[in-house]
Amino acid sequence: MDLTTVWFILIGLLWTGYLVLEGFDFGVGMLLPVLSRGGDDVDRESQRRVMLNTIGPVWDGNEVWLLVAGGATFAAFPEWYATLFSGFYLPLLLILLALIARGVAFEYRGKVNDAVWRARWDRAIVVGSALPALLWGVAFANIVRGVPIDADHQFTGTLLTLVNPYGLLGGLTTLTLFLLHGAVFISLKTDGPIRLRARVLSARLAPVTLVVAGTFAVWTQLAHGAGWTWAAVLVAAAALVAAVAATREGREGVAFVLTSVTIVSAVVLLFGSLFPDVMPSSTDVANSLTTANASSTPYTLKVMTWVAVGLTPFVVLYQGWSYWVFRQRISTTHLPAASGLSAFAGPR
Amino acid sequence: MNALDLARWQFGIITIYHFMFVPLTIGLAPLVAIMQTVWLRTGDDRWLRLTKFFGKLFLINFAIGVVTGIVQEFQFGMNWSEYSRFVGDVFGAPLAIEGLAAFFIESTFLGLWIFGWDRLPRRVHLATIWLAALGTWLSAYFILAANSFMQHPVGVRYNAERGRAELTSIWKLLTNNTALATFPHTVAGALVVAGTFVAAISTWWAVRAHGRGDLQVADTFRSAIRLGLVALVVGGVAVAVSGDAQAKLMFKQQPMKMAAAEALCHTETGAGFSLIAVGDVQNRCDVRQLTIPRLTSYLADGDLNSTLKGVDELQTEYVAKYGPGNYKPMLPVTYWSFRLMIGFGAVSALLALAGLWFTRRGRLPTNPRLGRLALWAVPAPFLANAFGWIFTEMGRQPWAVAPNPSGVDGVRMLVRDGVSKVGAGYVITSLASFAVMYGVLAVVWFGLMRRYAAEGLPEVAAPERRTTDDERPLSFAY
Repeated sequence: MDLTTVWFILIGLLWTGYLVLEGFDFGVGMLLPVLSRGGDDVDRESQRRVMLNTIGPVWDGNEVWLLVAGGATFAAFPEWYATLFSGFYLPLLLILLALIARGVAFEYRGKVNDAVWRARWDRAIVVGSALPALLWGVAFANIVRGVPIDADHQFTGTLLTLVNPYGLLGGLTTLTLFLLHGAVFISLKTDGPIRLRARVLSARLAPVTLVVAGTFAVWTQLAHGAGWTWAAVLVAAAALVAAVAATREGREGVAFVLTSVTIVSAVVLLFGSLFPDVMPSSTDVANSLTTANASSTPYTLKVMTWVAVGLTPFVVLYQGWSYWVFRQRISTTHLPAASGLSAFAGPR
Repeated sequence: MNALDLARWQFGIITIYHFMFVPLTIGLAPLVAIMQTVWLRTGDDRWLRLTKFFGKLFLINFAIGVVTGIVQEFQFGMNWSEYSRFVGDVFGAPLAIEGLAAFFIESTFLGLWIFGWDRLPRRVHLATIWLAALGTWLSAYFILAANSFMQHPVGVRYNAERGRAELTSIWKLLTNNTALATFPHTVAGALVVAGTFVAAISTWWAVRAHGRGDLQVADTFRSAIRLGLVALVVGGVAVAVSGDAQAKLMFKQQPMKMAAAEALCHTETGAGFSLIAVGDVQNRCDVRQLTIPRLTSYLADGDLNSTLKGVDELQTEYVAKYGPGNYKPMLPVTYWSFRLMIGFGAVSALLALAGLWFTRRGRLPTNPRLGRLALWAVPAPFLANAFGWIFTEMGRQPWAVAPNPSGVDGVRMLVRDGVSKVGAGYVITSLASFAVMYGVLAVVWFGLMRRYAAEGLPEVAAPERRTTDDERPLSFAY
């Protein structure tokens, strides 16, 4: 296989890793206020802490998949990296701001034991999770759909170019998919009332996701798909239908595998529809960025292949191990008292 | 202001901001690991308390370093897309390797360290902080290899047909002698930052605890003062030695940068080192004052009588070589940032010596004025780091990729040719929003650091040893 094709697949894999892993982080973040209900403020706070602790040890490692996907795109397809990130300037800016606010919020919200302090960081977590969950979908849908690109590989559209029904449906797809993925993850990782509530919510979210994601998948397939990508559509559809059933029956592990499979299939569908383009031009097909004209030299691709082959297995192993270490369900009954300092009063 | 100026301001602000937090991360990670190692070796709970105390400060700081690092990776594509097209074949590789080889280690093992206190066997848990520290150092190496390519391109060739730089040897790129000199200088600078941080806060606490009559806490912090000072002295010596090596290299690789460091207008034999300049450094040649004779010549290649090319002669040379243009960096910036880097570094070194004196042979610092003074030492090495980078990057101007004087001359790019073809409105939007967000975060960071530093040593119950995995309790760090 041509090395450019290998790297196209590898970048697809990196995005898959990112979206499957940070997908549930986003879901947990968005569901923070939704699933912490009932009881008094103290109860709700305990429930939020339990939810945050389900992703606490792993969210940062999950986010590294994005950095590696970005870095690998830079190394393997510099033209793609340059056109995409300068072209999708404002959406990317929003994503970066959201990721910054959200990352700091995870680490800082518990540092001061004060309701106002926590409420502010909670807002950062909810918005900081929802925005990327929506915008990644909008971005990928628009990449597949094609955007105006001139002969110098410059994006010539505006922000409004990206706002179109297909793009928005793409955004809605990732948003609902990550909500479902997150709800299933919480039901898998917690115990007690939150688990039950997450189970009920995922059973409600699953059919909605099926409709939204299903419409998007069929639209993608009909407008942009290759023949073989029907397989991805079918796998995604089958996994989501099965997920609807699994969430109803409360089979959390199975449901989580199924929502993960759905996300994997979605990436396969999107990347499969793109290939051999990496960023089709809607101005003129001749201007499209392809795996051939956007790529680095064979030497660089060879070097990067060795690096990827040598290092990725270790990454998967130790990251997998960290999930194993924190495999147990957690609940409010285990929760120790908040460790943050009391509300700001200046140094004593 | 046009998109180019705005993009330059943005890169400068965002990068310097990022590098306020990063040196503390790089330096403090091994120090916290050492504290935990001592605790495990000796079973002395004082070291566990220190580990937890400085570990908390480390994590408050680490959070901002991580999230601002995300922007670093993507802003090449956003604001410098033409640069990215030109160098991606070369420059992308160390960035991708950094992610794969360093960021994953750093984030995964730090997650395990934070949440694994009660969950992991003690030795395994200790290994996680060492691995996280290793990750931060690896990350530094790869990003400095990328930066060194911009200072001194090697292992590359220019492809005229594609109009881009192409990698010919990853080995040469990763063993660039510029990177080999920059890496020790940078991590040593980070050790100075962290050593000062630990020693200063511990001094303040030792004095305070002594004043309260809590001798056990005072003594605990005395141990931390000594650890911080050792890091500071080791780092300080390494900074000076590696800085000297780096300067000698730079005189060969980027003579314009070093002429600009001295604001040396005309070629001189036995050039001196001026301590200050009064007046218009950019346009006048007679403003350098208090000159130490021949020192700059000595720094350049160990010979008091070596000849150093001046900015004006180099300008003429560059025009002949690279075509018409202004190849002078902004001399006031390079001149002053070079001096401020050295000056703040020297302040740190003096304070280290003072600290060693006050804690010699089991002595405990008790003077409240000394306690407060120690805190004022904290910003000095941060500033030395920042000015060092301002010098390195501003001294490279107007180049994004400075030409290598010894060969692969086709590979060079002016900063103005690297900027994205996006509207100034876009850049100003992002510059303004990052400025606001970073400003808020800086205030919050400072507030938390102050609160947690003032809170002092936590009470600890040593994590219990348990035999089976399932008996171990879960930890809730959030």
